[in-house]
Amino acid sequence: MWNKRRDDEPTARPAAPPAPPAMEHRVEPAPAMSAPVKPPAADPPRGVAAIGKSVIIKGQILSREDLWLDGEIEGTVEVPEHRLTIGPHARLSAGIRAREVIVLGGVNGNVEATEKIDIRKDARLIGDIKTGGIIIEDGAYFKGSIDIVRGTDGTKPAQQPKPQAKDAVPVQASAAVEGRR
Amino acid sequence: MFLNRWRRPQEAGSRPGAPPAATGSLSPPGEAPRSRRSNGLEQFFSQIRGESGLTLLDLSGASQANVGFITDLGHRLYSDDLIATLDCVFGGGDFYERQLDEAAQATFLDQSFAFPGGSFDGVLLWDVLEFMAPPLLSKVMERLTAIVRPGAYIFALFHNEENADEVALSHYRIGDSGTLLLASRGFRKPAQLFSNRAVEKLFHEFQSVKFFLSRDSLREVIVRR
Repeated sequence: MWNKRRDDEPTARPAAPPAPPAMEHRVEPAPAMSAPVKPPAADPPRGVAAIGKSVIIKGQILSREDLWLDGEIEGTVEVPEHRLTIGPHARLSAGIRAREVIVLGGVNGNVEATEKIDIRKDARLIGDIKTGGIIIEDGAYFKGSIDIVRGTDGTKPAQQPKPQAKDAVPVQASAAVEGRR
Repeated sequence: MFLNRWRRPQEAGSRPGAPPAATGSLSPPGEAPRSRRSNGLEQFFSQIRGESGLTLLDLSGASQANVGFITDLGHRLYSDDLIATLDCVFGGGDFYERQLDEAAQATFLDQSFAFPGGSFDGVLLWDVLEFMAPPLLSKVMERLTAIVRPGAYIFALFHNEENADEVALSHYRIGDSGTLLLASRGFRKPAQLFSNRAVEKLFHEFQSVKFFLSRDSLREVIVRR
């Protein structure tokens, strides 16, 4: 009676995952915590200029309309008055300046988003951010500094001066560039 | 020198293999983050209240809660997930054994503590020191001492369970100036656990060390450079 076998009793802690990691950590699935999780956007919306995931560009990109990047970009990206979306397959090693930035992929570089930046779950951003507002979803990785730029009234983001007109110069492209309108 | 009870990997039965990415792995679905009162955190923010434009270092990984709270106070934030960086640099083998490798130590320090001297006015260190083997810890403390300006405050947490083989690993989120939200990211074997005396020795180059009592298994400490 006192030595009753307890083999089939449930254990207090959750069972280890099938492929146990080193250091005996048990890492549990990630739920939403503070920021609302938006559905992942795997494809660019219709009517948005897009650079596909098989494209490699080294140089400067300047867009005067909303832009979706899903390729490998090295250089600078400027979308001064519109939204820049960095897709889930994107690998950017670039300085970025845009009105609004949504990050779903990987970025290594500084980002200036005059209005706001939205770093989604599974995104990876290493660099310094200067922005009017920021959203970071749980599950995103960010390493760098964050400067919130307030407007003169203390709430609105600073307005960017009108950009100098420059044309985009893709120096190297290894595959076709997708453009949708 | 800092060790209270450093566990060599073979003593605690660590397994080889890559550690999981520690980025954003939070409480299981449906499990709300645990909320706890934090007198230490309240004291930390009361020390910098009235000042704005300070630069704070948060080593628990970027979160909406921490970024929002700190930037709303008018401060600049540098965010890093030190546990994730530890995993990245020292993973793929025996975690604590790899921490003894000097080249890997240098990589880690360059990735996480390469700041000019006196860069920070405050540091939210959380419990990361418990997951560093003494040789690495000693170098981290050296860098930490250098990158905070004199008079700056550091907020750190230490687990109380001195005999625990593993401790809860959490993302620390700021609810308000006196409330912490702990989102679980699993359990982990610590490199060492610290007594109060060991904490004082750890920060022996700092001006003061202040302990805060709590009702759970975490001790809160505020250190002044």
